[in-house]
Amino acid sequence: METLTKEPTRQAAPPRGPRPPTKRRRGARRNLIAYGFLCAALFCFAMFAWWPIIREVVLSFQQTNLVDDPEWVGLDNFRTVVDDPAFGQAWRNTLVFTLLALLCGYVVPFAVAIVLNELRHARAYLRFVVYLPVMLPPIVSVLLFRWFYDPGPGLFNQALDLVGLPTLSWLDSTSTALISLVIVSTWMNLGSGVLIYLAALQNIPGDLYEAAELDGAGILKRIWHVTIPQTRLILLLMLMLQIVATMQVFIEPFMLTGGGPENATVTVVYLMYQYAFVYGGNYGAGSALGLMLMVVLLAVAAVQLRLTREEN
Amino acid sequence: MKPRNLAILLATGLAFTATACGGDSSGDAGGDVTITVACQPAKTAPKTRKAWDDDVATFEKAHPGVRVKSTDQQPCFDPKTFAAKLAGGQMETVFVVPVTNYADVIAKRQAKDITGQTKLVKNYGDIKQDVRDMVTKDGKVYGIPNVSYSVGLVYNRKLFKQAGLDPDTPPATWDEVRAAAKKVAGLGDGYVGYGEYGGGNVGGWHFAQSLFSRGGEMVTDHKAAFNSPEGKAVLQTLHDMRWKDDSTGSKVLIGWESLMQQMAAGKTGMMLGAPDVVTDVVQKFQGKAEDYGITAIPDGKASLTGGEAYMINPKANAAQTKAALQWIDFEFNTPGKGRLDFARGKANGEAVGVPNNDYMGDSATGKAIIEGRKANAALPVENYEPYVAATGITPKLEPEKAQELYAVLDVAMSAVLTRENADIDKLLSDAESKANSILAKS
Repeated sequence: METLTKEPTRQAAPPRGPRPPTKRRRGARRNLIAYGFLCAALFCFAMFAWWPIIREVVLSFQQTNLVDDPEWVGLDNFRTVVDDPAFGQAWRNTLVFTLLALLCGYVVPFAVAIVLNELRHARAYLRFVVYLPVMLPPIVSVLLFRWFYDPGPGLFNQALDLVGLPTLSWLDSTSTALISLVIVSTWMNLGSGVLIYLAALQNIPGDLYEAAELDGAGILKRIWHVTIPQTRLILLLMLMLQIVATMQVFIEPFMLTGGGPENATVTVVYLMYQYAFVYGGNYGAGSALGLMLMVVLLAVAAVQLRLTREEN
Repeated sequence: MKPRNLAILLATGLAFTATACGGDSSGDAGGDVTITVACQPAKTAPKTRKAWDDDVATFEKAHPGVRVKSTDQQPCFDPKTFAAKLAGGQMETVFVVPVTNYADVIAKRQAKDITGQTKLVKNYGDIKQDVRDMVTKDGKVYGIPNVSYSVGLVYNRKLFKQAGLDPDTPPATWDEVRAAAKKVAGLGDGYVGYGEYGGGNVGGWHFAQSLFSRGGEMVTDHKAAFNSPEGKAVLQTLHDMRWKDDSTGSKVLIGWESLMQQMAAGKTGMMLGAPDVVTDVVQKFQGKAEDYGITAIPDGKASLTGGEAYMINPKANAAQTKAALQWIDFEFNTPGKGRLDFARGKANGEAVGVPNNDYMGDSATGKAIIEGRKANAALPVENYEPYVAATGITPKLEPEKAQELYAVLDVAMSAVLTRENADIDKLLSDAESKANSILAKS
């Protein structure tokens, strides 16, 4: 049998020429293309993400005017920013903003997504309406809110006046300025959050809800016992993304309050901007502040990874 | 390596070397030279842009071998991109610097030392000595000033009339400002007697202006000096105008242009500002020219100066530097030509007539500029007479670490504008200790 099988093979040996690629070679060629794409992506990351990070770390130990050779100054830049009277306030404001933004920006989109998911009619239209603000450039949204908050003809105060409530100072009072910024931020990011939560909700098998309904669970119990456990991973991911995004808040204080009144809305990134572009180009101090923020955010990311791993 | 490839490599190398050498030598030897110049008007102002382009063509014709390339970045000087542009080789050969940034740019060696070459600007000697001193450090000259003015009080003459005030006798003291503001605010809802800033560093900047006008000092011997009776008077007056008279409005304005927009809208009576505020209110924000006037800063003990100078890129070679100074002379410093061609400016619809420049003083050039401006005025120059007539007010430079100090004083300014129970003594002493820690690092 062996002879029979081997003999014809020898007779039917292919004529001399290029040998057909083996399975291994085909695999290698496929991998080569993949490596090509990977290299391009890695190159882009290295150029536009990692290199600036490395430069920032180096810059935070240097004093430079970007023309002469930079001077190494050790920890001077860190001392400068820590000694800044606005340093503590900036961190406090950033943390309070993050907490408030989490309360609003985490709960509100989740609730809206649940409502949209439950709706039977006009679902597509409402999704579009909710997502619409995301399509506006952030600067437009912020300027829109500047008018909403105007203490004179502003929309919010007119609405309060209409229903007989006292008007507020919104951006012009230390007690309301920060929360006013949180409202803008929540409004601007609502659509993206809702979209992600909706995608997660639609992956929950319907029979789980049916079973819960058969067991007599009302809407709140269904959310507590089915929706939240089933979307726990996405909730964790969103939590981390929210923290990272909200701690870097800049455009709202920059455009609406300039950090005031009385430093009530100075944030860490806003202070960084001031060092780099307002205080005569102190890029070293700005970078030092940026490095501190990066370390905090890395710690947050590490905690989140740990939690996700435990979940898995 | 094959001999043919080696030959190509050597030939290419030689060609590059020759090109490089040629570039240097022609530049320094005064052959063909190209300079880039900032501040070309934007495309949205086609008439003034065409006037600029015509000037470039005229200049090139008068200086064979010199090629001028214009850039139209607006604003011309942007502190956010300045250092990066210089580091990246993108900075123009000739660029403009506002007086607030002179010290920083010179200290960081970001402008070329042009000592000994200022004779290329024919009227350089006519520029006022105190204005020239601002661009001079340790006996070396780093720029050619072309604008200099001091802060005054811009006011709306129409609102003054409506409020029963005489627009030809504007307030001369802070007490009179307060009284006038109360009357203007009394015109009804939405009327603001006196507009003021409380953020974006412009709050602190206006604090300094008000302080100087009362005879106070920002910094003395590298120490904060604003926690003084004059400093307290600045905050107390503002606080009283906000909470007792309700004449400042309830907004904490943070953007430099926001108050000018309100002035142009015709509901704000007064604001601190240099004459260029009138230009912007009329030209940028469509205020009615006949409505606005300017007078000397209240109390008038001293007034913060503003202005700008053209500087040369430190990387410019000798030929470029020479051409750059000739361009500055032609475009910015010769009466009847370039920027000082007021007849053309009037024909192009520019706001000619505002006394926003006194850098040449009483010199022959200065007189020629004033005559040219008056003869071609498109605005009611009589409205600016109180400002022009107020001579003898001491001009004062920005304090050291100006922007940092302004940021600190924004807090005090915003506090008195937003809190009725603001403790002025504490605000000033807090600001003083913060300012001293900043100044200690000078």
